[in-house]
Amino acid sequence: MRHLIDIFDLSPAEIDEMIAVACDIMDKPQEYAHKCEGKKLATLFFEPSTRTRLSFEAAMYELGGHVIGFSDAGNSSSSKGESVSDTVKVVSCYADIIAMRHFKEGAPMVAAMKSDVPIINAGDGGHNHPTQTLTDLLTIHREKGRLDNLTIGLCGDLKFGRTVHSLIDAMSRYSGIKFVLISPEELRLPSYMRDMMAEKDLDYVETRDLEAAMPELDVLYMTRVQRERFFSEEEYLRLKNSYILTPDKLTNAKQTLSILHPLPRVNEIATSIDSDPRACYFSQALNGKFIRMALILKLLEEAKK
Amino acid sequence: MTIDSIRNGVVIDHIPAGKALEIYHHLHMEKLGCSVAILTNVYSEKLGRKDIIKIDEDIELNWDVIGYLAPACTVNIIREGQSVEKRRIKLATQLTNVIFCRNPRCITTIEQELPHVFKLVDEKKGLYRCIYCESKA
Repeated sequence: MRHLIDIFDLSPAEIDEMIAVACDIMDKPQEYAHKCEGKKLATLFFEPSTRTRLSFEAAMYELGGHVIGFSDAGNSSSSKGESVSDTVKVVSCYADIIAMRHFKEGAPMVAAMKSDVPIINAGDGGHNHPTQTLTDLLTIHREKGRLDNLTIGLCGDLKFGRTVHSLIDAMSRYSGIKFVLISPEELRLPSYMRDMMAEKDLDYVETRDLEAAMPELDVLYMTRVQRERFFSEEEYLRLKNSYILTPDKLTNAKQTLSILHPLPRVNEIATSIDSDPRACYFSQALNGKFIRMALILKLLEEAKK
Repeated sequence: MTIDSIRNGVVIDHIPAGKALEIYHHLHMEKLGCSVAILTNVYSEKLGRKDIIKIDEDIELNWDVIGYLAPACTVNIIREGQSVEKRRIKLATQLTNVIFCRNPRCITTIEQELPHVFKLVDEKKGLYRCIYCESKA
């Protein structure tokens, strides 16, 4: 059974193929409107999320399928102490494909070990978020026309920001990529990610200074400092305003810069930037639905084999 | 100081000083029905100081555990008082319930009866990572 737990579960060729399908869906939505008739997607969200869940649900509805599931662990049998394994074994009796978000790292992998239907990791703690990465790749591809030879700035919470980890993993497979890691000391990229980047001989620099890094960036990927990832409220409050992108900080940025953000935003991008043509985060959210449609189609197709 | 040599059994030599007791506990050697001698802080030309474990019975041991705790050790199989085989331990590609994940955010902290599995990701450094959350051992 084919699952998507980690972005490395997909080859670059498969990602290219899915980007092509997503673009085709955008052009010809009617041709895909009945592709999943009679199929059910279960959204098992043990941790609250609005946009990822709604994006999956919208994707399945637009493919003509149905959606079942829960949006909070409190509404599931896990609140009664049921294991992830048991929950998934039961749900796979009712659904054709499962999208799971869990606050514990590795939970979707455990689910994949037990499930009879494809599992999609919709985010596991601060670990991986491969469908956000696919969304980011589709957005970069649509904005830049390529996925290689780019300088990508990643800014904010690089420690707990799973979207950042998955994006680095994915982009590390393309040539000519330079990463500029912009974060406060306390939210630096974890050592295992830096080790991986060093082992692969990836081009990266770390800096605290967003404005100094700005002129060379082709893509700026902003992130939110996430309250839910901190054990201490005090530490969260100290770090939450580390980087706020305002129009003056874009003075030296390229006119072709693309600003991405996985959303939701709190205050890290001033709303006055929303009307700047370089702001791509709302079209990125829309792209998320299309790439999830392509992913659901691919995994359901492979499950038939 | 002298310890009687064994007739049939296993000698684990070149254990880094201070590691022998850890191996003893990990392998539950207290449950063996034979004599086990632990020598610690023994002078060694190669290592400076080393530990040795002598087991007075020819038994199969969990080499994965030994390889993880003392990758540079040597194992001598003794039969009729003679060393008949000298083994070098290879690092296991996967360890199950030998190392336990210490990441409080890992699924292993809440999922019942889930084995703690670590994969060897860097043989040179002897580096293992949890298969679920990718934390270092």
